[in-house]
Amino acid sequence: MKKLVTLFISLILSAQVMATIKVNGAGATFPYPIYSKWFSEYKKVKPEVQFNYQSIGSGGGIRQLIKQTVDFGASDAPMKEKDKKKAAWPIKHIPTVLGAVSVAYNLPSVKKLKLDGQTLASIFLGKISNWSHPEISKLNPGVTLPKEDILVVRRADGSGTTAIFSDYLSTISKAWKSKVGQGKSLKWPVGIGSKGNEGVTATVKQTTGTIGYIELAYALKNNLKTIALKNQAGEFIQPSVKGVSLSAASLKNKGGKVTTSIVNAPGKGVYPISAFTYILLPIKEETVELKEVKNFLNWALTKGQGMTKELHYAPLPKALAKRMLKEIR
Amino acid sequence: MINENESFIEESTKFNNLVDSNCTKSKVFNFSYQLQDKINYYLIKSFACLVILLLIGLVAMLIYSALPAMEEFGLGFAFGDDWNPVEDEFGALPFLFGTLITSFLALMLATPVSVGVALFINEVLSKKLAAVVSLFVEMIAAIPSIVFGLWGVFYLAPFVKETLTPVLKSSLGFLPFFQGASFGIGILTASLILALMIIPTITSICRIVFKTVPTLQKEAALALGSTRFEMIKIALLRPSFSGIMGAIVLGLGRALGETMAVAMVIGNSPSISASLFSPAATMASVIANEYTEADSDLHLSALCYVGFLLFIVTFTINGLARFIVWNQSKKVGG
Repeated sequence: MKKLVTLFISLILSAQVMATIKVNGAGATFPYPIYSKWFSEYKKVKPEVQFNYQSIGSGGGIRQLIKQTVDFGASDAPMKEKDKKKAAWPIKHIPTVLGAVSVAYNLPSVKKLKLDGQTLASIFLGKISNWSHPEISKLNPGVTLPKEDILVVRRADGSGTTAIFSDYLSTISKAWKSKVGQGKSLKWPVGIGSKGNEGVTATVKQTTGTIGYIELAYALKNNLKTIALKNQAGEFIQPSVKGVSLSAASLKNKGGKVTTSIVNAPGKGVYPISAFTYILLPIKEETVELKEVKNFLNWALTKGQGMTKELHYAPLPKALAKRMLKEIR
Repeated sequence: MINENESFIEESTKFNNLVDSNCTKSKVFNFSYQLQDKINYYLIKSFACLVILLLIGLVAMLIYSALPAMEEFGLGFAFGDDWNPVEDEFGALPFLFGTLITSFLALMLATPVSVGVALFINEVLSKKLAAVVSLFVEMIAAIPSIVFGLWGVFYLAPFVKETLTPVLKSSLGFLPFFQGASFGIGILTASLILALMIIPTITSICRIVFKTVPTLQKEAALALGSTRFEMIKIALLRPSFSGIMGAIVLGLGRALGETMAVAMVIGNSPSISASLFSPAATMASVIANEYTEADSDLHLSALCYVGFLLFIVTFTINGLARFIVWNQSKKVGG
């Protein structure tokens, strides 16, 4: 009995000696699958650091960071100037992976569908409300389009996916920019709202005549038919991890700031609706936790990048990852 | 109330003094009975006060966080039909409309069914069977609302689109409520789900109410030569009116605040339209949907304002229904 007690006590003591460093983060839901994979893999490399990430949404992550209740934040969209001013220190944006928004549709008789940005905007504005509209058939010669009503499906909840999608539509269509604009929640002219990527996926999957935007991973996992979108080079590109990484490579030409939007990027093979997701680092005196976040980022931007593809995220272009590694230090 | 309690304490202390003189003191605790009662009284009183304080604190917090939106939009917020997060323009009328229309439709569907089920269980079934059937009805209440929502998305919405809508359009299509395109997701589907969710609430309360009607009264009606149906009408339903109203109010309370299941099937489009096939949005669903990613302060505050409005709506409707019940029970009682 005595032995057992001493063993127990020594166990507790030894656990305290190997005290874990707890690092708290909060923010975007979109990169949550890859982040949680990274954290669990990183634990094998450095078991004494424990990451606790709450996927409460980008807005919540930014709020928590400003309130200083977390060590790092995460957001799909760069912080607004107004929010930056509220923070006690300057905030650095570190892109971790890239995500793409794919446009899925449900027309059993149509196997392949091509659209350009203008037509897509007109559909989501409600100006084109039938699949047999001449503007759609002009882009799809040889395809017989059904005389069916178009049902637009969109996100009901505020979302980074909506922000990226509306960023693209605002960039490409003046009518969209003036009537709807860009944001995480919008005033939609038409359509029904479903909750979450999974909600939109379900609605598109079971209702014919629908068109909706979802994250790439959802379209691939659920075998939804996606629209080939026209990029700046004039090619019609199906959404893919490769096309997304190519759009990030265009950053060099845009002055290189990582917070610039990369929708409708120039270049061959580029898929036009994609964006970075960021980890937000406060620039302040280095605490133990902050140091661990930086260590983790060093790992995530090198070894971690190899794990992105199986989860349908696009890795950062190598040159950009290298530049970020320098900036973190 | 307090006076009553105090007189009760006085009486009970008298009684305790009597007991005390007989068996000296309580052996387990070294308290006198008098002290025990006092401690009990204050303990229970503090719990009751805590509940009231919680309610007040909740409302105060809600108002505090809604203050920026209240200053910006004033009372016109409840009548504005523009909800545009990009432009920071907010009005709650579409959500008010969505909440009220789905809840009332659900009540219209659920009330006759629930009263019927309650009557059937109480008056027709044998006691053993009644216990089994009522168990099943009450089990519906235990289903989490997210499960209702999933069922709504995957089963009910396609059913409404493919089966119910064509029937309604061909029979009642001349009414504006049943016109326009249907995608299976909208006001009608949300109301159907809500109706299902509140049926167990209304049914079980109705059953309790029907049980309070004395058997003598029912037998008297039968003895006077009424049929079973007439007996139910005269001796059961009429005196239970206020009780049924109470049951409906409790059902309405659940319908007004229901969030997840509704958010999944209503289409979440802040628009006002006469057609029951069109999508809408409710106050609870918009809060749940937009709260996490609301990044402008005004947006967040407007959502809190919507929450405050929802509170007022439920409060008013509850009060109104209580007033009706109280009025009616006075009539029946007197």
